[in-house]
Amino acid sequence: MSSTVVEPVPRGTLGARVGRGLQDWLPAAVVFVAGIALWEGLVRGLDIQNFLLPPPSDITQTLWTERETLWPAAWFTFEEAFGGWVIGCSAAIVWALLLARWPVVAAAVMPFAIAANAVPIIAFAPITNNWFGALNQTSKMVIAAVLCFFPVLVNTLRGLTSVRPQQIELMRSYGAGQTQIFRRVRIPNALPYIFTGLKVATVLAMIGAIVGDYFGGSQNALGIQIRRQAGVFAFTEAWAAIMIASILGIAFYAAVAALERLTMGWHPSARRGAE
Amino acid sequence: MSVVSLKKVAKEFGAGGVKALEAIDLEIAEGEFISLIGPSGCGKSTLLRIIGDLIQPTAGDAVVNGKSAHQARLDRDYGIVFQDAVLFDWRTVAKNIGLPLEMMGWDRGKRSERVKEMVELVELTGFEGHHPWQLSGGMQQRVSIARALSFDPSILLMDEPFGALDEMTRERLNLELLRIWEASGSTVVFVTHSISEAVFLSTRVVVMSARPGRIVGIVDVDLPQPRSIDTREEPRFAELIREVRQLLRRGGGFDVEEPTPTGEEDFIVAEEQLQ
Repeated sequence: MSSTVVEPVPRGTLGARVGRGLQDWLPAAVVFVAGIALWEGLVRGLDIQNFLLPPPSDITQTLWTERETLWPAAWFTFEEAFGGWVIGCSAAIVWALLLARWPVVAAAVMPFAIAANAVPIIAFAPITNNWFGALNQTSKMVIAAVLCFFPVLVNTLRGLTSVRPQQIELMRSYGAGQTQIFRRVRIPNALPYIFTGLKVATVLAMIGAIVGDYFGGSQNALGIQIRRQAGVFAFTEAWAAIMIASILGIAFYAAVAALERLTMGWHPSARRGAE
Repeated sequence: MSVVSLKKVAKEFGAGGVKALEAIDLEIAEGEFISLIGPSGCGKSTLLRIIGDLIQPTAGDAVVNGKSAHQARLDRDYGIVFQDAVLFDWRTVAKNIGLPLEMMGWDRGKRSERVKEMVELVELTGFEGHHPWQLSGGMQQRVSIARALSFDPSILLMDEPFGALDEMTRERLNLELLRIWEASGSTVVFVTHSISEAVFLSTRVVVMSARPGRIVGIVDVDLPQPRSIDTREEPRFAELIREVRQLLRRGGGFDVEEPTPTGEEDFIVAEEQLQ
């Protein structure tokens, strides 16, 4: 019978783990390097104008020469995104818990939530600037938070309610009440769903913060930098700002993904190759 | 004193809808192994859930250990095993088995001691730290049985627990279950589709009719205890199987598609004979 057992991922020595990590990442790294090389080669070979598409080497150089304006601006905008993400995601999780606990409330509220989600939230950026002040970070956090709210709400709610009926029956047979059922079944069951929502929300938060910047705000925000540089045909600088935004966005996503792996070692998706 | 006492129990689903059960009278004594058998949709799982207070009967009374089924559930008199193991993916084997104990507030030391005993009982030593997805179906079901027995419930309710397993695993688990039942002295109510499984395991087999489910007859299984692999070879085993099959036929278990008037008459005759 033991032959049918799937062995857990062996942790192995540090060296072995690094080696395996390299193997996993090698194909992607090759594609990345090849893509950059192709970009550089095409721009130089076809003599594409710098304002249309600067070569990656120029962008990287600008990333360094403009570091004193770009990096603080990027951090400023990341704070907006992160603040909005925290607010939006926590609100969504609290709401999902309420809706799962009282389905009557869910039936009354969900149609409006779905309708509200169809509203292009980004269009409200000038309004939130007006409400919360264009110069402070709050107005951008609000946009980011609203963008994060819905996907996290829907995912969490699905996770909390997609419990197998027999799991509930089993808990009831142990004399469990609703609080126990939430704590021991619904919330652990929802964790993978919640993390899916949280990961999607990192991307949305970055978009919300940067687009929020576009509609005005402090001069040292990334969105403002991108807009201003593009406005004066400094496209290499604009590209460098976009590059930083991408790096931060990817790092944000990766950090949440790492947190997911830490909290959910039990999940079958933690098996190697299952992702 | 009866452990389970059902009086005129009936169940309808929906408002004036489908009659699932009708006039069920049944007394189960302490230490009995009772099988419920009948055609699909005859309400045997419903009956099991009424005994376990997971479903409320529309009429009649279910008394368990001299109190209401509801009180018996709150007193944790039931251990339940379903067709699926219904394990919690985020818990290891040991923590799945210890779940009811956790909920009953056992301290860590006492808990791990009991879990260890249970793991030995179902012969899963060495797998305590595994997660459910790392186990075969038969092993998962053994974890589920260990969990149901961990808190020493007076009644074990089993809903087709081996229905999803292959024949070989099933026969081995049948023997294991009998060994556990003899050791624990608990009362078992066992729902099954398999005539030979019912006869092999039980002290009495309760045969139910097609919907609405009624008790067509009860077969006393007078095979010697303890049962062994050789039990299936005895002539008496074949006779008892024939008896059960005849009762099923009278209850419409073999011609569900065409419930002829003749069938109905047979069915009534059978009931009169029994009384």
